[in-house]
Amino acid sequence: MRRLLVLLAAAGAVLAALAFFRRGGARRERVDLYYADGSMVSLGDGPDAERLLALGRTALAAQR
Amino acid sequence: MEAAQALADLTEISTQIKAAALFRADGSIDAATLPDGSRFVEASRSLLSAADGVRGEPLVQLEAATADGSVFIVRDGDRVVAAATGPEPTVGLVFYDLKSCLRSSAEGEEASKPKRAPKRKEPESEEAGDA
Repeated sequence: MRRLLVLLAAAGAVLAALAFFRRGGARRERVDLYYADGSMVSLGDGPDAERLLALGRTALAAQR
Repeated sequence: MEAAQALADLTEISTQIKAAALFRADGSIDAATLPDGSRFVEASRSLLSAADGVRGEPLVQLEAATADGSVFIVRDGDRVVAAATGPEPTVGLVFYDLKSCLRSSAEGEEASKPKRAPKRKEPESEEAGDA
């Protein structure tokens, strides 16, 4: 019985770790655009996102 | 408050910000935390210009989040502030600090402008009083 509880606790820890890392994965590379009317567009993939992320990387490199 | 002072306050308040620049829409630099901020400003302007084209309307702020760090840009009319941070910054806090910096800079410029003397009231003519 005690061994079962240990196994369940270990399985829970693994699931919690997976959930944690999956959540971290949500903070992927992206560009968030905010407009005057209060709307926001989040670009995570696609040609627009790639182009803007490349420009963002150039800006980051320029301040190093 | 001068633009340079506004930027100095920004980097003192926000430890997440590694570099920042205040500039105008035409690219003229008001202040920068970098010895030569022109490359950072040019790159930020290119990013802002490209971002404006996404929906065909000018945006007020943006964050480009990469694995190496984020670039933030906030615009208020002709004034723009751009900043670079490390990865996974506190987005709301950085935007708040950048808006405060932009506002401080604008207020400082208004305060340093020579004020016009109040217009003197013309004395009423005697003829008008007689009528």
